[in-house]
Amino acid sequence: MNPISFLTQMLRISVPYLFAASGGVIAERAGIISLALEGFMLTGAFSATLGAYYSGSPWIGVLCGILGGLVFGMIHAVATIRYRADQVVVGIAINLLAVGVTRFFLKLAFASSSNSPRINGFPAKLSAHGFDNPLLWMGLLVAPVLAFVLYRTRFGLRARAVGEHPDAAESVGIPVARVRYAAVALSGMLAALGGVYLALDQHQFTDQMTAGRGFIAVAAVIFGRWDPLRAALACLLFAAAETLQIQLQGNHIIPSQFVEMIPYVLTIVALAGVVGKATPPAALGKTEH
Amino acid sequence: MTSRFREQMEEALFPPFVALLVALIFGDLLILSYGQSPASVYRLLLEGTWGNAYGFGQVLYKATTLAFTGLAVSLGIRAGLFNVGAESQLAAGGFLAALVGLGLSPAVPGVIGVPLCMLAAALGGGIVGAIPAFLRVKFGAHEVIVTIMLNFVVLAFLNWIIANHLHVPETLHTPEIHNGAIPRLSQFIPAFHGSAANLTILIALLAAAGVWFLLFRTRRGYELRAVGLQPDAAEYGGVSVGGVWFRALTLSGAIAGLGGINYVLGYKHYYEDQFAGGSGFLGIAVALVGRNHPIGVILAALFFATLSQGGLAIHAFVPKQMVEVLQGVVIIAVAMSVPEVRRALRQARRPASA
Repeated sequence: MNPISFLTQMLRISVPYLFAASGGVIAERAGIISLALEGFMLTGAFSATLGAYYSGSPWIGVLCGILGGLVFGMIHAVATIRYRADQVVVGIAINLLAVGVTRFFLKLAFASSSNSPRINGFPAKLSAHGFDNPLLWMGLLVAPVLAFVLYRTRFGLRARAVGEHPDAAESVGIPVARVRYAAVALSGMLAALGGVYLALDQHQFTDQMTAGRGFIAVAAVIFGRWDPLRAALACLLFAAAETLQIQLQGNHIIPSQFVEMIPYVLTIVALAGVVGKATPPAALGKTEH
Repeated sequence: MTSRFREQMEEALFPPFVALLVALIFGDLLILSYGQSPASVYRLLLEGTWGNAYGFGQVLYKATTLAFTGLAVSLGIRAGLFNVGAESQLAAGGFLAALVGLGLSPAVPGVIGVPLCMLAAALGGGIVGAIPAFLRVKFGAHEVIVTIMLNFVVLAFLNWIIANHLHVPETLHTPEIHNGAIPRLSQFIPAFHGSAANLTILIALLAAAGVWFLLFRTRRGYELRAVGLQPDAAEYGGVSVGGVWFRALTLSGAIAGLGGINYVLGYKHYYEDQFAGGSGFLGIAVALVGRNHPIGVILAALFFATLSQGGLAIHAFVPKQMVEVLQGVVIIAVAMSVPEVRRALRQARRPASA
């Protein structure tokens, strides 16, 4: 096995996870349970495809993808913050809604129930490894940037405050609801970028193309104990396992199904606290504050 | 009718009605976006489901599975636990039922074979439910995340068994079971001919009655609801919260697992990979819209089954994916209006002088 090809493939696989997990971290640190990452990604992938198809430009696709994620993020935010709906229920409903909406409009726009026509991705001029794709670099940088925002800026401090002690935050004049709206909107846009990367990389949208990646990102958030950098490391770890499985295919050392289980089993183990307990933000999921 | 009862009914019934209205509006928009007339598409949807025996049979079949998963989720919520694992519990139940059905000789009479397969189904779902229950009680691991993660683990594991050890060549299903088949409704009512509806529906109704009895007529059920409302208060009152949680989530898994017999024993007579097909997740919607009451769950199961079968009926005019959008809209609308309606009703009831 060639270590360079292993590394590049691992990085490319990790990009959607890195975006989505960062989105999960910011929402959950602000106290909103984030189970809709899968739906945000799918919406992002589809709206990016629409944008790129009709404009011919991948950058317009990126913008449309972010917009799609923002819209779904705002639905999530309005339902859970303004109307105090159960965050788990809304998250699951957003995922169902995203599948339905993308399928319906796939049919409406492209008269297909499986995939869109080919779209332009970012041109690969320099190498075949995908390193001239700007989204790949953004994906690798998003976690350190988020860590800076979360721990070194006013917004980050406020987000953590409303996620841990919303009452205390409110009493010192932090607009709890507004901070949470911003965090969930940001979460939708970041996760959507993960889907945008997938669509542009594969040059088309296919039905349910996110294929559970949003839940791997959820697993990474928890396995990374709600910290941007740790979550990013978890993403890289899960991507490495996947790469190993792809590159060893045909060797039948471990069945692929068991490799698929790795992120989920590790997360369950982490939650049970066998090796260092994963403790969520104190106000996570609490609708009344 | 006591005023307390009326208040409860109002609080239970308003959100689904609000959601239905919102869904109708969204449905109109989607139908119009396809250049069709909403009235005729809705008429088509009703005619294709409740308007003929085959369509109605399909609705009953789909509602049966949803009733099981809906009951499972609602039982968990009554105890204050959110079981998001009905999908894999359903699959595990169907799988174990098929295993027993494959292992039993056809010579064993059905009155023994069917209950054995049913027991296996409940056991399969119960095991998958007991794992998050144990992790919650013993380590405080949140059941929402554990059940979600376990869905992927269990489904991948079942896929591995089927794909590598137990499938009929060129398919992803097991051979046909030798024992444990449940008769279809069409054997008694010929009009249902061709539809998958089978006697499992009676078992679903019995399960609903059983859950009702447990929740509202037994000491265990009283404790379960007390824990769901105020775990700390229940603990002070001498209830073992951990014990209640373990039993509730395990039983919830067992009920979802029992739902597997509808497909495996009643319809196809084999286990097929991915047969759950989202019915477990839809169980969350059913419990929510049915307001966690067995009667509401049955009605909500019929509603979501109608939507899903109705999608097929209108497919020639509007893509059936429309109903998937509407399902999502209904869930979000109910989830949003439940706290809102509660607050509004409380305010309206306050005496004018206050």
